[in-house]
Amino acid sequence: MAKLSPRHAVVNREICVACGTCVDVCPMEAMQIVQGSFASPLEEKCVGCGMCAKECPASAIKVEVRS
Amino acid sequence: MKQKRHWYHYLWIWSIIYFSLGFVNILFAWLGLISFCLPLIFAIVGGNKLFCNRYCDRGQFLRVMGSQVGLSLRREMPDWLKGKAFRYGFMIFFFAMFFNIIYVSWLVGSEIQSLQDVVTVLWSLQLPWNWTYSAGVTPWVAQFAFGLYSLMLTSEVIAIVAMLIYKPRSWCVFCPMGTLTQTICKAKFKE
Ligand code: SF4
Ligand code: SF4
Ligand code: SF4
Repeated sequence: MAKLSPRHAVVNREICVACGTCVDVCPMEAMQIVQGSFASPLEEKCVGCGMCAKECPASAIKVEVRS
Repeated sequence: MKQKRHWYHYLWIWSIIYFSLGFVNILFAWLGLISFCLPLIFAIVGGNKLFCNRYCDRGQFLRVMGSQVGLSLRREMPDWLKGKAFRYGFMIFFFAMFFNIIYVSWLVGSEIQSLQDVVTVLWSLQLPWNWTYSAGVTPWVAQFAFGLYSLMLTSEVIAIVAMLIYKPRSWCVFCPMGTLTQTICKAKFKE
């Protein structure tokens, strides 16, 4: 299995409006909109670059150290 | 690292075409119904927000103007603007306005009220638009066009102001259509 990056994006599903901005800006094509309801990154693809968090209009994304 | 560009990234052009066409002839405002029907079809039939995620001309327009052209100040949005109360409240208000347009068009069609050929921005600023109205058209058809164009223009103005102050696609946080389609999708997948 490929090694996961030390940091990753975490989406607050309560705040996310499923606009898809994060999907659009993610350079790794890691972000997805699940069931038209919230965004969620594919863990194996997310490198924790923070592009999505920077663009999210609802500030629903935080880049955190993987636990 | 650069994101892949797709054809739908150029849909912002439709926003410009739509408002220009309505300026030339108000009857083109009817095309705005596409922006009302498509997201609902995606949400109800497909259970997704693909319209918002890809094909919304306004979303693409705000992205281009805010990010690519760099017009956005990118301030943090206040919590109340992102909150559920404002989002759902604004959605109800917006759709009440939409149904009011249908009601007024019905009144005009029933000859209870006469045609008002003005475009109203932000529910108060009235712009005389009579040079765009081709006479000979059924009055209720024209009335609906004036109403819909007013609503589209009003929401575009709010969206642009939000884009300028906050992050580019801030309008999408409280966009009535976005809120409605997310609500539909959530309801569809709630077991
Ligand atoms: S940009 Fe933010 S609000 Fe929009 S889908 Fe992504 S996480 Fe959700
Ligand atoms: S942190 Fe970077 S790689 Fe991960 S989802 Fe966000 S934009 Fe994509
Ligand atoms: S939230 Fe509204 S403006 Fe934003 S992409 Fe969806 S329909 Fe378009």
